[in-house]
Amino acid sequence: MKQKLSGTIPRRLFLKGAAAMAVANAVPLQAQTSRFEADITPLLNALSGGKPIVPGRVQMEIPLLVENGQAVALRVSVPDAAAGSVKSIHVFAPRNPRANVANFFFGSASGKPEIITRVRLGGTQTLQAVAAFTDGSFASASAPVEVTSSACLDLSSE
Amino acid sequence: MNNFRLSVPATAKRGELIAIRLIIQHPMETGFRLDAAGKAYPKNVIHDIGCRYNGVEVMRMELSSGIAANPYLEFFARADASGEIVIDWRDDVGDKGQAHAAITVS
Repeated sequence: MKQKLSGTIPRRLFLKGAAAMAVANAVPLQAQTSRFEADITPLLNALSGGKPIVPGRVQMEIPLLVENGQAVALRVSVPDAAAGSVKSIHVFAPRNPRANVANFFFGSASGKPEIITRVRLGGTQTLQAVAAFTDGSFASASAPVEVTSSACLDLSSE
Repeated sequence: MNNFRLSVPATAKRGELIAIRLIIQHPMETGFRLDAAGKAYPKNVIHDIGCRYNGVEVMRMELSSGIAANPYLEFFARADASGEIVIDWRDDVGDKGQAHAAITVS
């Protein structure tokens, strides 16, 4: 019976190992684009200083389903707010690599607390918008968005 | 970084709500995108935008890479007096841009 020399790796095993290594190398790259919704509670606490953030009052308009996360139309407003009563609006996307998408501060020449923009989304997630009022209270809105193709896919690695 | 479009109504009635719409040509590079050699393109986003109406602040915005490339922003101001609306912005590599629009209030 022919015996294999000790110390040599069978070709099949070698190929298996090489394939596993390739997968292992690819993982950190994917992890960077955050495959799960991150816990944004610390960010919210830092924003409100531990004060309660009450759901309601804030209105967020975003499509329920988008094909592509590269540019998603978003409107955030506080429709019932008295003039000058909203200090700022903050937008969070828990599944984005940087969850705090944008902060909007309203000055004294602002007409109404409303902002329309386009955001990038790193996958299906529930967006959250928080409004800070000048009286020190906070309100929020959340909206689920289903994203078929994330904005975080790196085209060059495909 | 001077390719932008700013839309402000040329005239308005006193006390009227006016929409200010701005789009700036900018890649809003996230820092997560890789080139052919596997090296990440450095992060470069417009991180600060400020809008003033006759010197009074309308909006200040802090953006991140979560805002889409060629950022589009629409917000509102109360037309109080004729004058100028000025918007300034700045990105991570230090490039600055400015947009002006005149408004006549009757």
